[in-house]
Amino acid sequence: MRRAYFKNNWVAALMVAPQLIIVFTFFYFPTSQALYWAFTLEQPWGGGNTWVGFDNFTAILSDSLYWASIWVSVVYAVGSTALAVGMALLLAIFADRQLAGYKLYKIGLIWPYAIAAPAVGLAFRFIFTPGAGLMMFVNQMFPHLWNPVDNGNQAMAMVIIAGAWKQVAYNFIFFLAGLQSIPRALIEAGAMDGARVLRRMRDIQLPLLAPTFFFVLVINITDSFTDSFGIVDTMTAGGPSRATNIMVYKIFNDGFQGLDYSGAAAQSIILMILVIALTFVQFRYIERKVHYT
Amino acid sequence: MNKTYPALGALALAFCATTASADKIKFDYWYGLSGDLGAVVAQTCDHFNASQDKYEAVCTGYDGYELVVQSAIAAFRAGKAPALLQSFDAGTADLMMSGQFYPVTQMMKDFNIEINWADYFPGIADYYSSSKGEMFSMPFNSSTAVMYYNTDDLAAVNMPVPQDWDEFAATLKALKAKNPAKCSYGYEPSAWVDLEQYSAINNVPLATNNNGYDGLDTKLVYNTTSAEKHMEDIKSWLDAGLAEMKVSAGGMNSQEAFAQNICSFFFGSIANHSSLNLKHADGLNWNVAMIPVEKGNTRHNSVVGGASLWVLAGKSEDEYRGVAEYLKFISTPDSIKFWVSNTGYIPVTKSAFDKLTADGFYSAAPYKGRETAIASLTATEPGPLNRGFRLGSMIQLRAEWLSDVQAALAGQTTVKAAYDMSVERGNALLDKFAKTYAGKTLP
Repeated sequence: MRRAYFKNNWVAALMVAPQLIIVFTFFYFPTSQALYWAFTLEQPWGGGNTWVGFDNFTAILSDSLYWASIWVSVVYAVGSTALAVGMALLLAIFADRQLAGYKLYKIGLIWPYAIAAPAVGLAFRFIFTPGAGLMMFVNQMFPHLWNPVDNGNQAMAMVIIAGAWKQVAYNFIFFLAGLQSIPRALIEAGAMDGARVLRRMRDIQLPLLAPTFFFVLVINITDSFTDSFGIVDTMTAGGPSRATNIMVYKIFNDGFQGLDYSGAAAQSIILMILVIALTFVQFRYIERKVHYT
Repeated sequence: MNKTYPALGALALAFCATTASADKIKFDYWYGLSGDLGAVVAQTCDHFNASQDKYEAVCTGYDGYELVVQSAIAAFRAGKAPALLQSFDAGTADLMMSGQFYPVTQMMKDFNIEINWADYFPGIADYYSSSKGEMFSMPFNSSTAVMYYNTDDLAAVNMPVPQDWDEFAATLKALKAKNPAKCSYGYEPSAWVDLEQYSAINNVPLATNNNGYDGLDTKLVYNTTSAEKHMEDIKSWLDAGLAEMKVSAGGMNSQEAFAQNICSFFFGSIANHSSLNLKHADGLNWNVAMIPVEKGNTRHNSVVGGASLWVLAGKSEDEYRGVAEYLKFISTPDSIKFWVSNTGYIPVTKSAFDKLTADGFYSAAPYKGRETAIASLTATEPGPLNRGFRLGSMIQLRAEWLSDVQAALAGQTTVKAAYDMSVERGNALLDKFAKTYAGKTLP
């Protein structure tokens, strides 16, 4: 195997420097600060802090409602990822089969990803409002069926649908690209051997799509833990009675609204560890089943 | 290459402009009111700047109190904080403990500016004063909670304006009997109204240490007072259909429901008086009254809400002089009149209120009724339980209360269990707040 390398290491260093500076400024530096705050009690207006060791962590981890928040985040992550990946895969398969009007449909499906999360939240808040939105018709037919104001499960479903809707577009692009990179000859050969559409999909397209599927899965899970803030903030504000109080929203609430910087820092560290662990598990156990061609 | 010349020209112009106004001493003022109210604050800045040849207020509006306080904290840590900050009632304890401010009474004394501090309504001044009575920040936009009612609906059932909660319940029943289709009371859970104002008006403690004024080792006690029973009453009204939940998440909050003639009652800040005037359904006749009191109790004063102006530490003397001039400017009767007539807020001094009353400000629409807020704030001289609340993490305390009340109203738990739970969680927050400021005492 041939390797490309720089003879002059200074040039190499210069080339990577901008990227490294950005990573250090916006990732390692804040993370190290958060790590320090997590072990202290920080006064919001400055003026000193006290070292408390693991007190912040024990306080958080012995709080049953914090575990509830982790559970809520996991439900949101699994729910929105399953929905977003499933929908995107279905849509990509349709687009790949070049059904009528598929070009228009391809462009239209990419747009939602360009919409900011709070805007998605507002739009879906209107759709799901029991008294005024589209769901009003459902309530007219079945009175009191839909009420996310009181019902935590419905509120969660609402947030998951909004989160997944935004993510579908992103996944769709990758799935479509993945499907289109599968050599036509394979599919045609399958067709000549008498395999019907579903059979070809199951035995040829889906296995060959596995690397894309794995990538999309990792991105979606990570994203649903860290990027769900805007939707929850505009749609439910973590309610009703903490039913949608996902971890990032709780961090925002405790840190920025409640000025509990240390508690929020400790929660960020826990969230970071959780996301790293999840990604590790995915690479360790799921990637094994993926065959790169 | 030619393209750069216009840019250079603009730069030169900008430079000239800054040197031209460099003889004015500038100071920064950040405020959290947004929308129409924010525009009125910006106008007061313009008025001040037009009246000054020595100082210039550079005013920056933020979208909400939380955001402005949070931005000011970040700026303060970086040494770029504004000289003057509008901070809300709930952020008072944090600022007091930080010590990173210049007490307004001290500042005015240092610059020989005469302000009659005794002229401020005690219910307002006490909220922003130390336990020894020294005012730390300048009261600015002030409000209190009142009861809004539909006069036609009350007349239709021949009921007087309810004075106590028993009368209120009887009125709800009468309204429901008369017109079962109409929502009698649009309810929106609010710790400020249902818990804080209720406790002050009925003279029951919210927390130990005289609601936190006397020390940091404070514990919440509202689960043991009549405030808990009051919440059970509200739940029983909701269960019986005498009240309906009207919150934004359901598409319409209690104010909108009242304004559109859907509900007959709602409770909210007197600041909503102005927005209701501007926007309500045709033919809606309404008025405001003081929040009912528990039957058999004597009414005490309600507590102030809104925000005050804090002078932050670490600025130059010149800037402080400018800030002092600005604070003097907004305390003039003309400025106060401009402020209260363009917003729904109430005047903060007795003399301004008396002058407005004498001028007939409160005797005609659209300002008629707003004097109710002053009557509510001054119902009694504030005692140890009605001065206000000096509690850390107040925003979080309110959030915990709301989460648990939502659970109780949805029937997942009882009101008593919800109140016990939110008190327990609130006490953990207060405990943490005390630990954060270990070794310090409340001023």
